[in-house]
Amino acid sequence: MYIEKSRFESIEHLEHNIHLIKVYSPSIARSAKPGQFCNIKVSDTDFPLLRRPFSICNVEGEHIFFMFDIHGEGTLLLATKKAGDELDILGPLGNGFDSNGDYQTAVIVAGGLGAAPFPFLTKRLPADKNIYSLVGGRSLHQVIKWGLKNIHVSTDDGSEGFKGTIVELFKTKIDELDGKKIRVFGCGPNPMLKALQELSIENNFDCQISVECAMACGFGICQGCPIENADGGGYSLVCKDGPVFDAKKVKL
Amino acid sequence: MSNVELSVKIGSLELKNPVLLASGTVGYGNEIAQYTDLSKLGGIVTKSLSLKPRKGNPPQRIVETPSGMLNAIGLANVGVEVFVKEKIPFLKELNTTLICNIAASSIEEYVECTKILDGEDAIQAFEINVSCPNVKEGGLEFGNDVNAVGRITEKVRAVTKKTLIIKLSPNVSRISDFAKVVKEEGGDAVSAINTLVGTSFNIFTRKPKIKNITGGLSGPAIKPVALAKVLEISRNVDIPIIGIGGIMNWKDAAEFIIAGAAAVQLGTINFINPNAGVEIVEGLKTFCEQTSVNKISELTASYQL
Repeated sequence: MYIEKSRFESIEHLEHNIHLIKVYSPSIARSAKPGQFCNIKVSDTDFPLLRRPFSICNVEGEHIFFMFDIHGEGTLLLATKKAGDELDILGPLGNGFDSNGDYQTAVIVAGGLGAAPFPFLTKRLPADKNIYSLVGGRSLHQVIKWGLKNIHVSTDDGSEGFKGTIVELFKTKIDELDGKKIRVFGCGPNPMLKALQELSIENNFDCQISVECAMACGFGICQGCPIENADGGGYSLVCKDGPVFDAKKVKL
Repeated sequence: MSNVELSVKIGSLELKNPVLLASGTVGYGNEIAQYTDLSKLGGIVTKSLSLKPRKGNPPQRIVETPSGMLNAIGLANVGVEVFVKEKIPFLKELNTTLICNIAASSIEEYVECTKILDGEDAIQAFEINVSCPNVKEGGLEFGNDVNAVGRITEKVRAVTKKTLIIKLSPNVSRISDFAKVVKEEGGDAVSAINTLVGTSFNIFTRKPKIKNITGGLSGPAIKPVALAKVLEISRNVDIPIIGIGGIMNWKDAAEFIIAGAAAVQLGTINFINPNAGVEIVEGLKTFCEQTSVNKISELTASYQL
């Protein structure tokens, strides 16, 4: 894990309010795994004070990509960076997805900006695995397909693809996917993850979910990001024990 | 070649320099050790320990506020027994001074924890947390009651010869009264300050942003308050002070020392820059060289009012 002064390279506007930035951060890029995140100081002043956590969206050589929507002062500042600006990045953090093991098809379930960690997973998935991506959003402008493969879309308003939630779309696909031969990777807003968790438990799918939580440090010292363990035995930390959890093991 | 003497004394405790990492911002040392060389610091203060493990408060536990953050972790900790068995072996290897912070909900529990930990050679000092704002029983209520702080100091003093530091609450009208009673009852030093009680609302849901409703405010937002409390103690009570509150860099640390602190603790900054402690030690050394200060202890309470 590194505290790396990284060089901001470029920003690309993907969809409505969704941005993709590219930074030169060789040490972190070399050691990153899909599903991990970085904690980024978006300014060199006390405003904002804390770092902001972002999923590692993709890695190309010594460059890292992060995807985000502008929803606060931190992300607004990040979106105004210029090529050559320095970004102080801490990472890679967290456990990441486990994509090894005995399954045939990786089923990616992404809600809105929950698509962020999946381009990297898609790229690094073991060569013998198939990929099946379910991508949902409120409307077609919130459907993020960047870097994904074999995409099936749902929108809440029916403006693109299946009309309904992404988990409802998943239900209609269960028959064509052999439940014993899939591994589900989910990321998105909590209500979506909860629905996905229920569906996976009902159908006994092997399912890993990546959760989001406000945090300060990102590596276990502030204890600010608890998630309740399903067995009732207290909390895990999203930053250190996660952000990826077996869907059976946490309470959402 | 530098010949600035950075070591300081807190009671009988000698620190190689005045920079400590504050309780609750360094865990039990292992995570932060990946980012910084703890042996270059004056010491670390471990996360508050209670007799039994505590799982802590439900989320959301933290929120950023202007130049600061609110936290209500709820003293999540492994408990004394697991600490001794699983955490001490790692902490022993760090080659830094280890100060153990203790939080409790009764005077008996403070005493019991101290007794158990007193036998551990790796622990050089105790910092008694009488001022956690985020647990219902004890904590802040002790911190608000000068008699209770006196009794805790007296009872804990009776069971340990190690350096005894009491961490004071800023949520009182005269903090120097508390420092005075600590001195009278045999405490070696005070840490000032713990977090200030604060809250923050989401105006659309009209709900508090943290589940506990209120939390402890830390970060640069509290630095002027903390400095005033340190100065108040320094002007009224002859006791070593460990200054805490929003220190972000060596200038802030120097300011606390000038205002009366013998040593300082870093808190919130560790979450942002886990290597800040080492950088601050270097910065203080350079500052002393440039201003012809031979011993950093000469800076303590050197204010010109």
